[in-house]
Amino acid sequence: MIFNKKFAPLLIPVISVLLGLLVGGIIMLISGYNPIAGYQALWLGAFGDAFTIGETIRRTTPLILTGLAIAFAFRSGLFNIGAEGQVIVGWLASVWVGIGIEAPMIIHLPLAILAGMLAGALWGLVPGLLKATLGVHEVIVTIMMNYIALYVSNEIIRSVLTDHATKTEQIASSASLSAEWLQSLTMYSRVHYGILIAIFAAAIMWFLIERTTIGYELKSVGYNQFASRYAGMNVKKNIILSMVISGGFAGVAGAMEGLGTYGNIHLMSGFTNLGFDGIAVALLGSNHALGVVIAAFLFGSLKEGAGQMPTSAGVPIELVDIIIALIIFFVASSYIIRLAILRFKKEGK
Amino acid sequence: MEYVIEMLNIRKEFPGIVANDNITVQLKKGEIHALLGENGAGKSTLMNVLFGLYQPEQGEIRVNGKPVKITNPNIANDLGIGMVHQHFMLVEPFTVTQNIILGSEPKTKFGTINLKKAEKEIQELSDRYGLKVDPTAKIRDISVGMQQRVEILKTLYRGAEVLIFDEPTAVLTPQEITELIEIMQSLVKEGKSIILITHKLKEIMEACDRCTVIRKGKGIGTVDVKETTVNELASLMVGRDVNFQVSKTPAEPKHEVLEVKDLYVKDSRKVDVVKGLDLKVRAGEIVGVAGIDGNGQTELIEAITGLTKSYRGNILLNKKDITNKTPREVTESGLGHIPQDRHKYGLVLDYTIGENIVLQTYYQKPYSKNTILNHDAIYKKAEELIAMYDVRTPSAFTPARALSGGNQQKAIIAREVERSPELLIAAQPTRGLDVGAIEFVHQKLVEERDKGKAILLVSFELDEILDVSDRIVVIYDGRIVADLDAKETNERELGLLMAGSGTDKAGVSK
Repeated sequence: MIFNKKFAPLLIPVISVLLGLLVGGIIMLISGYNPIAGYQALWLGAFGDAFTIGETIRRTTPLILTGLAIAFAFRSGLFNIGAEGQVIVGWLASVWVGIGIEAPMIIHLPLAILAGMLAGALWGLVPGLLKATLGVHEVIVTIMMNYIALYVSNEIIRSVLTDHATKTEQIASSASLSAEWLQSLTMYSRVHYGILIAIFAAAIMWFLIERTTIGYELKSVGYNQFASRYAGMNVKKNIILSMVISGGFAGVAGAMEGLGTYGNIHLMSGFTNLGFDGIAVALLGSNHALGVVIAAFLFGSLKEGAGQMPTSAGVPIELVDIIIALIIFFVASSYIIRLAILRFKKEGK
Repeated sequence: MEYVIEMLNIRKEFPGIVANDNITVQLKKGEIHALLGENGAGKSTLMNVLFGLYQPEQGEIRVNGKPVKITNPNIANDLGIGMVHQHFMLVEPFTVTQNIILGSEPKTKFGTINLKKAEKEIQELSDRYGLKVDPTAKIRDISVGMQQRVEILKTLYRGAEVLIFDEPTAVLTPQEITELIEIMQSLVKEGKSIILITHKLKEIMEACDRCTVIRKGKGIGTVDVKETTVNELASLMVGRDVNFQVSKTPAEPKHEVLEVKDLYVKDSRKVDVVKGLDLKVRAGEIVGVAGIDGNGQTELIEAITGLTKSYRGNILLNKKDITNKTPREVTESGLGHIPQDRHKYGLVLDYTIGENIVLQTYYQKPYSKNTILNHDAIYKKAEELIAMYDVRTPSAFTPARALSGGNQQKAIIAREVERSPELLIAAQPTRGLDVGAIEFVHQKLVEERDKGKAILLVSFELDEILDVSDRIVVIYDGRIVADLDAKETNERELGLLMAGSGTDKAGVSK
């Protein structure tokens, strides 16, 4: 029954998560911690009360969007490591519009989100163009673009948006995603309307990929460029388009941080990791929109819950990173799991 | 009677299908035994059972009269069974010797590889069987035919007494096929036994002693090749009488559909490969392009279909200039193209049959409207074509990858013919197909011709060119060097023209 075809795509991610938690528990045990107390703390840290639930949702929001960004590029055969940089420029652009413009909310907020999206899309356009016209590998270019994004945005914050301050002023309330009633409901967590945007974006991704000629072309190019060209598709256009849309998703993820969580942008000494975690989310979610939402929620919960582990159970916070790494390891080695399932099936028969 | 290998009443099931149902093959010592069957009949499964890759549900395998259990390929090796795979398993940057000894390297007393000893042994083996292989050559520097001989040497080096050849001629030129048959004959003379998996009847008649026929997973029987005919083998394999002669009425050519004028095309290395080519194809005729591979056929087709650019000359389709237009513009002007490499160009293998059926038309109504796909319309069309063209697939939702070669080709033909193009280019449309599927493809081409379409057929198989075409042009060194009536020429004349002789007297003027 478990091996029903319909559930087969779900099987490997679920087993990977369980194995990751199991091995994580063993590591806690070996290191002299109580894994039951550790996981209890993790659970309470993520879902213990209204506040933590709110924070978990807040953490999940940008992860959904970066996961979508990377999954979208994957579906057309591209590896967008640049989600990280696209998040940063999206964040910067949305805050810039949030501070610099005065308008009623109905215009201001969409405009700020759009600015984040366009900035991310622009950051995706560059590697897309280079790949399509000169054949430069997108992984190299996107990694470079990440550093450009990080240092350029720091410089803009320091020299353009402020006078050598470490962070910008708060955005106008007309550009803010935060919601008083949501905050009061969750004991003043930083949860904001962004989660609705993220879920809406997942629906858009699903629709684009599965239901439109655009998605049909993008997937076709991802599977087989030669046949796509033979069929009359413009391969170069599709490579560029894929990177632009992917960058757009990541840019919106940045806008969620800028307009929702923080309401400003601050100097960054290193990457946000939202883009890199997006790779893990996309991988665990099998590059499907719904899978990405579920995987992002799992990683959001793990990361949020981790905060509780040192205080309640004395388990170091890094252990959660180990668990996440283990889950990714098991997803990536799904071949082994598939083999084990087959063996299990045979013996069961 | 002494048998080296006996596979008795073998049955192998996979979920949902019986791949082998009660098949018996008995291989005599010193014979070449053919295993004949259509694509997907179960030949490879049977051989994988013998080679230890699959375990049979029923039946017995005997080697030299003794029952054995072959549970993995190493056991098969130890029993002296060697397999020459269709897709070679060679390390390109390594030498012949390094490839052959891989996995069973002879050692010196210091524990290093004794390459000298291995090279000598391989040279001896090569001489003994007349393989003419240079043990020190690198794999990437030698021809496909030579690489296959390295695979043969690999099995001999490991002490194989029984050699299984899996469709060995699929990748070879006619010249290399003749040489391979000679090699097989010298192998059996030295006491080896051979199983030849194939669906090419001509080769069986030429090379084999006996032939076991498999049809849809069932063993049909074993016949003596001397006492049978090509026609009998074909009907045993397909299960009905096969018509080898393409039945068609004389062509009634009408207006010109394709006109290529003084065309020049460079290949990927920027070398001129099409050099001032002229060609006309009229409605209602099949024009066959005969030529040895590499004389500009591929680039000519790519230039017509828009996949590559020409730098001089013109291509007219129905009087409309399509020179250097994009593939989509060319397709929309009325061109259908059955590509030479169906996996690379013809299909998106990970797409379903339905998605592949609309590969060029997905953006048009009714398959989509305002960029939104209409899956109902797509799969309805696909199911319709699957039935009409007898594409054997579990459903329209099956990925193209899961289909046999013949059925993949049928799906492509269904798609291309269905658009009802004025000009249909068929490049090697029957490569790798069995006789039943070949008959089907040829029939379709003739049907389209009779509907008044223009057909351009490019093939390296002279039989196909002679049987199907109404008019034959010979391509040599990037130019059309002869234009002949198919009824008034023959294999010999074409062969000479293809080799470049007689270029002067048989000019385009004829």
